[in-house]
Amino acid sequence: MRCRVCRQPAVIEIRRHNAGFCHECFAKHCRDQVARTVESYSMLSGDDRVLVAVSGGKDSLALWDILLRLGYQADGLYIGLGIGDYSSESAGYARRFAASRSARLVEVDLPGDFGFDIPTGSRAAKRAPCSACGLSKRHLFNSEALKGGYQAIATGHNLDDEAAVLLGNVLRWDLAYLGRQQPVLAEGTGFVRKIKPLVRLAERETAAYCVLEGIDYIVEECPMSAGNRHLGYKELLNGVEETSPGTKTAFLFGFLDKVAPLVGQVAAAERESLHPCPICANPTVSGTCAFCKLAERASSKP
Amino acid sequence: MKVLLRNPRRALEVPGPVTVASLLAHLEISREAVLVIVDGTLVTGDSLLDDSASVEIRPVISGGCV
Repeated sequence: MRCRVCRQPAVIEIRRHNAGFCHECFAKHCRDQVARTVESYSMLSGDDRVLVAVSGGKDSLALWDILLRLGYQADGLYIGLGIGDYSSESAGYARRFAASRSARLVEVDLPGDFGFDIPTGSRAAKRAPCSACGLSKRHLFNSEALKGGYQAIATGHNLDDEAAVLLGNVLRWDLAYLGRQQPVLAEGTGFVRKIKPLVRLAERETAAYCVLEGIDYIVEECPMSAGNRHLGYKELLNGVEETSPGTKTAFLFGFLDKVAPLVGQVAAAERESLHPCPICANPTVSGTCAFCKLAERASSKP
Repeated sequence: MKVLLRNPRRALEVPGPVTVASLLAHLEISREAVLVIVDGTLVTGDSLLDDSASVEIRPVISGGCV
């Protein structure tokens, strides 16, 4: 197989593009896809400071690398979740990447700074671990970005993540979640802008980008994600993609082009009804926010 | 050839020569869900792997919260 661009031997085949790429042309393709996404959704302006949520995994480190290479003022945010050896190992990958690029890494430690870890919090709140983890991270991404004066928080959600979430939301016809499923969520009172610059790259591509560019990332999966519903959705979609390349792209971008503008009103109405949490002042739909409730339950658990 | 699989980490012996696509089909692994790495670099589905190759099949699907 030859590179579609330069005709040198290919190192990766992207079946949905019906194309192979050599190392250099593939890396350029990835960066071009991110640059195109940032521009087409008006995610960042040249002066914006962006905080990149990094886990030590392939997506977030690829994203941080690409944003730095594109010339953005991008710092990293690592959140220690207290998931045993997995957390200490993943922190090492984030720190080594930051050191290698002379980039700034902001660190928050859930057990040290808030008095609970994800295993304890999920048990105390009777939430699935991924649910407790997700709400804690979303809360801390926003509050740390606000605290640091960043204009945007960037997450490494890729095409597969977004297609899997979309499938889950469609299966339940969850209009509020569907309304919020956008590559960019504008800033508002108490909210920093949230951006997902990797939505045009599949996770196989972000992993390939890391391998080819020498970005060392944690390959092992989080031990608490076993049985996660989204993993099942991803396997389902990959089964369809295997026989019909391009399906995931058509599913996600068809939604973003044709349906998201219609359901966006639901999310806009929900935002109107938000008010500050009495404990942390982050926006919430009712009373104390979900993160403060989780922290309260986790710390009162014997 | 030696084939390293991850999550969980384990090693297999598979006779070569065989193409990457055939190896994945033999192991019933989706091409969309993995990268195949030989001597530290990526290889495409039509690459021929000989009996002495050391191959890593690296999963790319990550789960958890999104």
